[in-house]
Amino acid sequence: MLKDITIGQYFPMNSVIHSLDPRFKIVITLLMIIMLFSGGSMICLAIGAVYTVMAMLLSRIPLKLFWKSVRPLMPFLVITAVLNIFIIRSGDTLWKWKFISITEDGLNSSAFMIIRITLLVMGSSILTYTTSPITLTDAIERLLSPLKKLKFPVHELAMMMSIALRFIPTLIEETDKIISAQKARGAEIDSGSLSHRAKNLVSILVPLFISSFRRADELATAMECRCYHGGEGRTRLRQLRSSYKDYIALIITIVFLAAVIAAGRIF
Amino acid sequence: MNNIIEIHDLHFAYKGNENGEEKEVLKGIDLNIREGEFLAVLGHNGSGKSTLAKHINAILLPTKGRVTVNGIDTADDSRLFELRQCAGMVFQNPDNQIVSSIVEEDVAFALENLGVPYEEMRKRVDDALKSVGMYEYRLHSPSQLSGGQKQRVAIAGVIAMSPKCIILDEPTAMLDPKGRREVMDTIRRMNREHGITIILITHYMDEAAACDRVIVMDEGRIVMDDIPPKVFSRVDEMKRIGLDVPQVTELVWQLRKSGCDISPEIISGEECVDAIMKLFKS
Amino acid sequence: MAILETQQLTYTYSIDTPFEKTAVDHVDLSINEGEIIGLMGHTGSGKSTLIQHFNGLLCPTSGKILLDGRDIWADKNKIRDVRFQVGLVFQYPEYQIFEETVFKDIAFGPKNMGLSDEEIKQRVLETAEDIGLSEELMERSPFELSGGQKRRVAIAGVMAMRPKVLILDEPTAGLDPAGRDQIFAQIKKYHERNKNTILIVSHSMEDIASFADRILVMNQGKLFCFDETVKVFARAEEIVKIGLDVPQITKVFLELKRRGLDFGKEVYTVDYAKELLLRHLKERGGL
Repeated sequence: MLKDITIGQYFPMNSVIHSLDPRFKIVITLLMIIMLFSGGSMICLAIGAVYTVMAMLLSRIPLKLFWKSVRPLMPFLVITAVLNIFIIRSGDTLWKWKFISITEDGLNSSAFMIIRITLLVMGSSILTYTTSPITLTDAIERLLSPLKKLKFPVHELAMMMSIALRFIPTLIEETDKIISAQKARGAEIDSGSLSHRAKNLVSILVPLFISSFRRADELATAMECRCYHGGEGRTRLRQLRSSYKDYIALIITIVFLAAVIAAGRIF
Repeated sequence: MNNIIEIHDLHFAYKGNENGEEKEVLKGIDLNIREGEFLAVLGHNGSGKSTLAKHINAILLPTKGRVTVNGIDTADDSRLFELRQCAGMVFQNPDNQIVSSIVEEDVAFALENLGVPYEEMRKRVDDALKSVGMYEYRLHSPSQLSGGQKQRVAIAGVIAMSPKCIILDEPTAMLDPKGRREVMDTIRRMNREHGITIILITHYMDEAAACDRVIVMDEGRIVMDDIPPKVFSRVDEMKRIGLDVPQVTELVWQLRKSGCDISPEIISGEECVDAIMKLFKS
Repeated sequence: MAILETQQLTYTYSIDTPFEKTAVDHVDLSINEGEIIGLMGHTGSGKSTLIQHFNGLLCPTSGKILLDGRDIWADKNKIRDVRFQVGLVFQYPEYQIFEETVFKDIAFGPKNMGLSDEEIKQRVLETAEDIGLSEELMERSPFELSGGQKRRVAIAGVMAMRPKVLILDEPTAGLDPAGRDQIFAQIKKYHERNKNTILIVSHSMEDIASFADRILVMNQGKLFCFDETVKVFARAEEIVKIGLDVPQITKVFLELKRRGLDFGKEVYTVDYAKELLLRHLKERGGL
């Protein structure tokens, strides 16, 4: 059933990482990405790996969930790695057959790439695994708020995002119901010829659209009744408060980033 | 007591279709509602009752006539937010009026819009949630709640504004009996304990029977305005308009027609039991 | 003769997850041809899950559903035919309307059955008449109609398949008293013409009481009782205990009995109450 699909990948838990200010988490994640991409040597990557794994462990989220986040990318990674191995011809040749040769550099660079991308994906997952989508939206709104001066509709975008998040479960349930109702009238959703199925799809999409418009209309009136008038002068119940923990996390990240950059210069 | 709502000669017509025809939905409503009153509005679909409700907090503005709430003219644009704080509204579909994915943030929505400072907002949100009995659910997602619970959250969202009156447009129409009871109990408590004026639009006669005063609308006009026993005892007229009366009221009406000496103004089960007991004792 | 039967019907949601829940728990029941059944139960009692088994929208975790004595899941490929024989009208069915005209929307089901155009036309018009939709509405867009009319278009869409069993989930939810009475009257008319089996889910005991031959009560996934209307209301106190309501008039007569005025009969309609009271008053010379 559609209802069983989990939306977002947030796993509520009690960990240091969960308790960090989402604004800091976003900034730290960006720094982590820079860290993984600066410095081309294995030592740089090793420092980055220590940092990422440490953060994963601190989040107390089962490690296999991180593996799950990379798995869909694996075929792509393997193909790129294999291509890399054959294309790079510098360095000591380890094995040769006709025009195909495998060199030490080729192997190194492939391994390097796989590890780097894996760390990158897993590391970014920490953010979405430990922060609820709504908090994330909120944090993005606040980080981007300086853009309001440039007339960029930051508040409107964030409001749209949070209403979308609010209505996803409602609309999934509704879709489920409409599908059942049309099936009860003999519509074949998952079998039959292509044109037949297309026609049946219409029988689901039209009611879904109409009901979404009706919902939007009613919601707009309800929001008006509660004095909604855009982002101006709004206060918030959700307070994002930074504590010493956030600064410590930020400092640790910066130290690691500096170490990676330094290691890149030295080695 | 003071009138909290004064409606004088209210007319309203929807802007016409392509042919420029106008459809008049409200045809001269005069209505005063006293502070602290619990008023039910009855009428079949299309009688204009929802349109009337939307005039009380300026979702719609009169084509002719005047509506004032707590002394504020609804046509006065400069006092719109003051007006909407004073008169909150709860709608039929619980899903389509909840804005946030977290219960307490939804309750805070109006206060956020009004720019209430955090400390005060926190307190008002908690108080509102406690008063509707949903405090334990403050961190839940609305999709985890039952229909009755969602409606209580919507009521809390209005209560948080500290309104003087609440207009509820068929708040129980989509609920099961348990949800209906929860919501009705909550509304009654708001009225009794907080002195909030309630305007309840409903199709359920038992809900109307429990109010202080009932107005019946038909074709854009108020056709009856009285205490519930007096309104419901006019069984013939009610049926003609397409409305129900409580079963016990219908029973005593039928018995009277057959010549029994029984009061026609009976709307509750207990009254009916007493009256029948009396009938058999004499 | 039994048209619809269940044998130890059980359905469990989300097996092997923390959300596992048995919604229908070993239910045995048998519905006869031509009967009108009222189905009651509070939200979460399993009644919605149960009715979705009757037309094969849900497949039981264990147990069987027999239609005309045949297991509906005996051949998975024929489950669609079951849906034409057991018509299911969901709650707020007007939200599933999608065609440009009323005619086309009512014709959607019959068309899926693969009927000829003539047959479809005949069925649509006949059903429209049964449910009180005039012929000039047929070419109108269903979205221009009033709420009550839309509801009737949606119900007609299922009726036009001429199912042997028609199931309606709260067909009058959200309608005003006039709209409600009209729908019930039309369903009755349809039943008189077609003599088919009807199962109505409703929260309104007043409505069920005046309508059904037998009442089926579900509670916590189990069959609480399934009996003639009179006998079910004789258990009014138990019914109230499981969170359901009984008609106001039934409550009045229960209270009268408690206070010593026992008429020895179960009362659940106003007409019957009046008749009973007048008879007793006459006997006692009170009138």
